Amino acid sequence: MKAGGKREDVLRVIGTTPIRPDGLDKVTGRAIFADDIHLPGMLHGKVLRSPHAHARIKSIDTRQAAALPGVHAVISAADFPEPAKPTSKSADISDLATNCMATTTALYDGHAVAAVAAENIHIAGQALGLIEVDYEVLDAVLDVRSAMADDAPVIHENLKPGFFFASTKKAHPNAGRLEYSDGDISKGFSCASVIVERTFTTQTVHQGYIEAHISTALWDADDRLSVWTSCQGHFDIRDQLAGILNIPMSHINVIPLEVGGAFGGKDSVYLDPLAALLSKKCGRPVKMAMSRNEVLRATGPSSGSSMRVRMGVDDSGKLVAADISFAFEAGAFPGGPVSAGILTATTRYNIPNYRLEGFDVILNKPKIRPYRAPGATQSHFAVETVLDELAEKLGMDPIELRIRNAMKTGDRLVLGYPCPVIGGVELLEAVRSHPHYRAPLDGQNQGRGVAYGFWYGGGGASSAELSVNADGTVQVCTGSCDMSGTRMTLAMQTAEALGIQVSEVQVTTGDTQSIGFTLPAWGSRTTFATGIACITVAEKVIAKMIERAAGIWETDNSNVRFDAGVFTNTNDKLQALTFKQLAAKLDSTGGLLSDQASVSPQGVGFQLAAYLVDVEVDTQTGKVSILRSTIFQDAGKAVHPDYVAGQMQGGVVQGLGWALNEAYIYRADGTLANTSFLDYRMPTALDQPMTETVILETPNPGHPYGVRGVGEVSIVNPPAAVANAIYNAVGIRMDSLPMSPTAVLEKLWEHQAAQL
Amino acid sequence: MAIVWIPSTVRELTNGKAMLEADGNTVAEVIRNIDLACPGIRSALIDDNSLRAGIIIAVDGSIGSRQLLQPVRPDSEIHFIPAIFGG
Amino acid sequence: MSEMVHVKTTINGAAVDFLCEPRQSLLEVLRDVLYLTGTKEGCNDGNCGSCTVTLDGVLVNACCVLGVEVAGKAVTTIEGMAKNGNLHPLQVAFLEETGLQCGICTPGFLVSSRALLERHPAPSEAQIRHWLAGNLCRCTGYDRIILAVQKASKRMLAGT
Repeated sequence: MKAGGKREDVLRVIGTTPIRPDGLDKVTGRAIFADDIHLPGMLHGKVLRSPHAHARIKSIDTRQAAALPGVHAVISAADFPEPAKPTSKSADISDLATNCMATTTALYDGHAVAAVAAENIHIAGQALGLIEVDYEVLDAVLDVRSAMADDAPVIHENLKPGFFFASTKKAHPNAGRLEYSDGDISKGFSCASVIVERTFTTQTVHQGYIEAHISTALWDADDRLSVWTSCQGHFDIRDQLAGILNIPMSHINVIPLEVGGAFGGKDSVYLDPLAALLSKKCGRPVKMAMSRNEVLRATGPSSGSSMRVRMGVDDSGKLVAADISFAFEAGAFPGGPVSAGILTATTRYNIPNYRLEGFDVILNKPKIRPYRAPGATQSHFAVETVLDELAEKLGMDPIELRIRNAMKTGDRLVLGYPCPVIGGVELLEAVRSHPHYRAPLDGQNQGRGVAYGFWYGGGGASSAELSVNADGTVQVCTGSCDMSGTRMTLAMQTAEALGIQVSEVQVTTGDTQSIGFTLPAWGSRTTFATGIACITVAEKVIAKMIERAAGIWETDNSNVRFDAGVFTNTNDKLQALTFKQLAAKLDSTGGLLSDQASVSPQGVGFQLAAYLVDVEVDTQTGKVSILRSTIFQDAGKAVHPDYVAGQMQGGVVQGLGWALNEAYIYRADGTLANTSFLDYRMPTALDQPMTETVILETPNPGHPYGVRGVGEVSIVNPPAAVANAIYNAVGIRMDSLPMSPTAVLEKLWEHQAAQL
Repeated sequence: MAIVWIPSTVRELTNGKAMLEADGNTVAEVIRNIDLACPGIRSALIDDNSLRAGIIIAVDGSIGSRQLLQPVRPDSEIHFIPAIFGG
Repeated sequence: MSEMVHVKTTINGAAVDFLCEPRQSLLEVLRDVLYLTGTKEGCNDGNCGSCTVTLDGVLVNACCVLGVEVAGKAVTTIEGMAKNGNLHPLQVAFLEETGLQCGICTPGFLVSSRALLERHPAPSEAQIRHWLAGNLCRCTGYDRIILAVQKASKRMLAGT
């Protein structure tokens, strides 16, 4: 599918770097984020949260709180209606509702148990202190091994693992198990000349978005609910609310706002149902905002894990077998990313014999949610370090080993699905030929590491509506929240398709009552899938404009050619109209034009990236400094190269934080100790140098301009690459994250002791 | 006949076979036909005439939104892959 | 509700009066009393820099200052950065260099960077990183923010 009649090799807008229109509001402080909403009569809500990791809630007494002057409503689980029957699309609604507010049992430190709405946050806070909750503290489990032990406390009496295929068996009362396998791993390993087996652990980490969760709810006299919330997908939020509150979807309007970071963590409701119920109870709008403490304790971090990897390679460097077992945290409810974790362990390589086993483990931590390529960073840490060790034992260059085994277009992936067009080998060659790969390292305890990474792209339902104005400017309304600049990449694609200037296209995000259903801005799907929606509706409008031009020139539609923004009569080349000129004539030839497209595009392209990093290890303190950082990524076609580079750099730095510092630290009693940005230590400007970005383009044939999603894969490589660099620097193999100074020192001392 | 690739977790229903062949104009018809030879396959995939949650269908490498109603050619390949969520 | 205090101060060069409780932070006053919502909340405990403003020329986290403390002092916020509709060179540079993605940390970075360039008009990359270490960004990885500050610094030195 092409933009009608366009010569594909001449792109005017795609690949340029215009300044985003919403940027002005963001640099002046005028942009409206969720906490900037102020409504007349608005109250402020706050949540009472369990101080225990696992406790039965015997009773809740809210009378004193309700009586405090300035308090207008108090709710607990008793105020929740019976949830709606889940549709085939929705997540398990009752789990979602219970995560928003505990019913019989608090399942993690920070689990909501009650909420109040008051005149201001200070009175609301005082009211929380007056709510009496009688807890019976239960034993808690906080890591996957303990949660799967024989004597582990059972967290859900009737756990439904609910995975891929109903035949997924429960491995343990607290864990679902799944497996993908093919070939014969014993036979495979018997052909290996080198086998490496390692076990790894990683800790729970958070997406770390700077803006917390904030939601404001308002009911009108007709019992219609409006919600202003910080989220990645307002349609999903609407559907979840409809399910939890058991009201029709059409009665809810969720209004998208600027979002201060999400990275996967804002795909579900947390405060929204609470604000809605409080607002219903007191008849006034209620705004609720989480503190940073609450965000860390009670939203959706990414899984900690325990992983075992065994891989074998023959003496020609071909991988012959992989036997992988990953136990990933699911948090308090099932449905963590272990499926993607085991699939992304080996998908980028051709391995004929494999057994990939995954456990989705329930434990007393918040419900795990997606974080930029969910499950993949953990799996790449394990597999990309084992690959490096295999290469070393084989005496082969680590990139050469990867090139020999890299999945190519048409190769069969796990489950036999044929690999769509990718340029993995080209990417790896680009790494090998880059000056960084051969630059000398001239200091002591310095080393270089590489890792090669894969993530899926996203497609899915996307809607766009386009209207042509009489002055030739164009409005496009889509259903995609813009977190990073996709308004601009969508405007660029529309402008390219219409043959007009990008400044003549205004892109907005419609609320759930104004535009067709659109999946959230996750899975690196917006520029690809909503882009196709914009191109599709642009083509529909061009087709209608061709009819108008044909009418004006009194000829057939087939004699009107549209190319690069100009309509021409092929029978009389002197008859030509630009888009703007024809737009001016629309009103008098049948009326102004608009159209709509709802698509669910096929032809999603995969994401590939490689990361090269130089480190220096301080053997006195264990501190690992990043000396040089280069990321290579295939964008298919970079619509706005600076935005693509920004996604690459942002993902790298998140990956470095995951590699070196970030981890949830729990006390023995199961409460989270590091609940602030001081102690949940994310990278600052001081922690790493500039990251060079190398963008490659193997076009994705599934998109008219070759676009692949770019938003996620950049995070998956840094932990493994840094671990490989540390090995090359000081000879220790790191097998746990984070590779904090303490962890590095302990490994160094162990290594030094072993040498004696 | 279309070829259906069977994931390892359900091969206990196919006597260990990794691929099955069957006729059908849509994915739904093909599944009905392989269920005749290997009973239980259909209910592993489908509940109340809808694809079970977490499963996506690809026909000839293409994942569309029509799922069970996706048209199938005589030489098509059908894969069942897990729904992956992104962040 | 505790007794309200009448505070007279200057914000972005203009005389401003407000009433607030002693327990309300400057951040809360700016955002919820004065509706100057350009200053953002990221953590409310002084660890992210999203609420950076200046108080008598000194960079502070507004969440760590009480509203009553600014009586008789001069506060500048992001809203005061553009003058008469003209963007500050830093604001222009952030746009041109794509020094922002989601934009939530951007006001804090702009206020901090402006203070840097006022004191050190030609900072090195290391100086910029050090100065901005108290402002957290999760989207950009910091590279393009640094490039934007460098670009603005060059332009301001050249008088353009």
